[in-house]
Amino acid sequence: MFAERTGSDQPPMDGLYPAPPLFSLIDSTGGRQAAESELPDSVDLLAGYRSLVLGRRLNTQASALVRQGRLAVYPSSHGQEASQVACAAVLRPGDWMFPTYRDTVAIVERGVDPVEVLGMLQGNWHCGYDPVKHRVAPQATPLATQLLHAVGVGHAARLKNESTVVMALCGDGATSEGDFHEALNFAAVMKAPVIFFVQNNQYAISVPLARQSVAPSLASKGLGYGVPAFRVDGNDLAALLAVLHQAVARAAEGNGPTLIEAETYRIQAHTNADDATRYRSQDEVDGWIAKDPLLRLRSYLVNEQLLTDEREAEFNADGEAMAARVRAGLSVDRPADPADLFKFVFATPTPQLAAQAAQLRAELATEEPS
Amino acid sequence: MTTTKVTMAQAINAALRDAMTADDSVVVFGEDVGRLGGVFRVTDGLTADFGEQRCFDTPLAESGVVGMAIGMAMNGFRPVIEMQFDAFAYPAFEQVVSHLAKMGNRTRGRVRLPVVIRIPYAGGIGGVEHHCDSSEAYYTHTPGLTVLAPATNADAYGLLRKAIEYSDPVIFLEPKKHYFTKEEVDLENDVPSIGRAVVRRRGTHATLLAYGTGVPLALAAAEQAALEGRELSVVDLRSLVPFDDETVAAEVRATGRAIVVAEAPGFASVAAEIVARVQEQCFHSLEAPVRRVTGFDIPYPPPKLEHHYLPSVDRVLDTLDELQWDLDDLAGFTR
Repeated sequence: MFAERTGSDQPPMDGLYPAPPLFSLIDSTGGRQAAESELPDSVDLLAGYRSLVLGRRLNTQASALVRQGRLAVYPSSHGQEASQVACAAVLRPGDWMFPTYRDTVAIVERGVDPVEVLGMLQGNWHCGYDPVKHRVAPQATPLATQLLHAVGVGHAARLKNESTVVMALCGDGATSEGDFHEALNFAAVMKAPVIFFVQNNQYAISVPLARQSVAPSLASKGLGYGVPAFRVDGNDLAALLAVLHQAVARAAEGNGPTLIEAETYRIQAHTNADDATRYRSQDEVDGWIAKDPLLRLRSYLVNEQLLTDEREAEFNADGEAMAARVRAGLSVDRPADPADLFKFVFATPTPQLAAQAAQLRAELATEEPS
Repeated sequence: MTTTKVTMAQAINAALRDAMTADDSVVVFGEDVGRLGGVFRVTDGLTADFGEQRCFDTPLAESGVVGMAIGMAMNGFRPVIEMQFDAFAYPAFEQVVSHLAKMGNRTRGRVRLPVVIRIPYAGGIGGVEHHCDSSEAYYTHTPGLTVLAPATNADAYGLLRKAIEYSDPVIFLEPKKHYFTKEEVDLENDVPSIGRAVVRRRGTHATLLAYGTGVPLALAAAEQAALEGRELSVVDLRSLVPFDDETVAAEVRATGRAIVVAEAPGFASVAAEIVARVQEQCFHSLEAPVRRVTGFDIPYPPPKLEHHYLPSVDRVLDTLDELQWDLDDLAGFTR
């Protein structure tokens, strides 16, 4: 599909290059849009479907835990699971991922324990997992800032002659931030092995895409930086895997960054603290529910007789087991140690921090019942 | 002891070279630091001698430079990056404050970021707007940043070597006014420690506390005060974070009077913090209020007016005169 991108060599008469075509392989009814040979391997699709089931279950479980007061907040990726799963599934062991707060499912697909990931939202610490061990950066809350870190990790890998690829995630809103543009430009100039994967879920909290950008597409932003860019149906796991695999291969071979815009939709509100009915209609939401990434892949797999009732029951059981583990893990109240407040600010604490830590220790000692 | 006479720019250049020679993971990048050698020539010859992989120009975007340094540090390198001028570092503020400073804490020490940001800072060079800010307070106020402000060529060399070897991010403030001042430097034996101040001159009447561009001024003021009959101590803080309370308190207690000299606007400044700390720690030894000689609380002035803004020997001496010497006389007490 990379070759399809360039249409005419002539610039358009209005000076605006049109959006790249939307790439998809399986339509919303589960119908195949391409020759079978162009589809990812059926084993990968079946494994991908299992991950979608687990991802959806994690989203519903985490949202339920918020309602029960066990998590402070959960930005759900309900509806975006195909994008979440695909961007993690294409990575190889040494590769890095730079996720945002909405990418919990992607991080779990990458192999991090969901209880560790959700520890941040339980209020235990700012990052619940070991970024170095998993090669997954802490979930970025300030938008687009992590994209530059991804460029740095990628450039460092190149200097070390490693074929590491970096998957840098962001949403549609983040494409308005300056760091998004600096990251694309730096990556292009440095030929850094970074895939900028934009999950365009149509809203930045309440602000719709039309208020965010009037570019022909978000992928169009690659043009200004000389970064090859593609648009893909973000609810079509097969199409996502195909496009992302090529981008990973391109980066690993030293050919530089790729920008991929995945068209998807945030079915839930921004978080539980948000009220999406204030800025979008139920009709609109229903339209996207009909394009659900799980339903379409399931239809395809069933039609092609790749998914049996037994396998599906097995996947659902795996999802329930995972959800039970998450519930159990998050029902344990981990006492937060006040000494940790000072422990990690510097590798060697300053005399001033050591004194403040002692002050807090003394305060706590007097509070404790004897 | 082997000493050589070098400018501060040459001392910093030597520190970069020696660090790059000692450790392959040290890389230098920023705007114009490659072929040009930096607008102040501090990185002169590094690209030629170490190659483009070790010293390179980036696109012109400061947030990009810092953000990329963070990523390179996450993947095994020790980036030493240059912000071309103090005020040009502001686009990188979010990367510095929200990520560089906090990554170690965020990850419970699993990701340490050994990044040095070199910032030519402060004025006195007749520079146009945005080229003369004393921006140290933004950094010292941010937990997680180590902030160094050398005043001598020897410290510029020694502290930069230490900063590059440090596990945590360091903001390295270079007094650009002194880049081309020559001093004898003993590169091998003058080894300062991060977090330790140094007493540059010892007197009995009052203590001047200074850093960066304030130090030569404080020494000049002490010289003049001696001619007028008052012997002053001069403490060169060198390290703003960590702060050497021990040396500062001892030197202020010894004289009972203190003036902080710094070029930045005084309100909510590093100078203000030092005054507060001295007051808390030395109250019973003080003979007079702890005073500040700082810049006015105004944007850095245009070149024709900067001499009105900058702390001067006269302003330090006038302030010294106001330190309640008459009360000593009334009590029949002289130090």
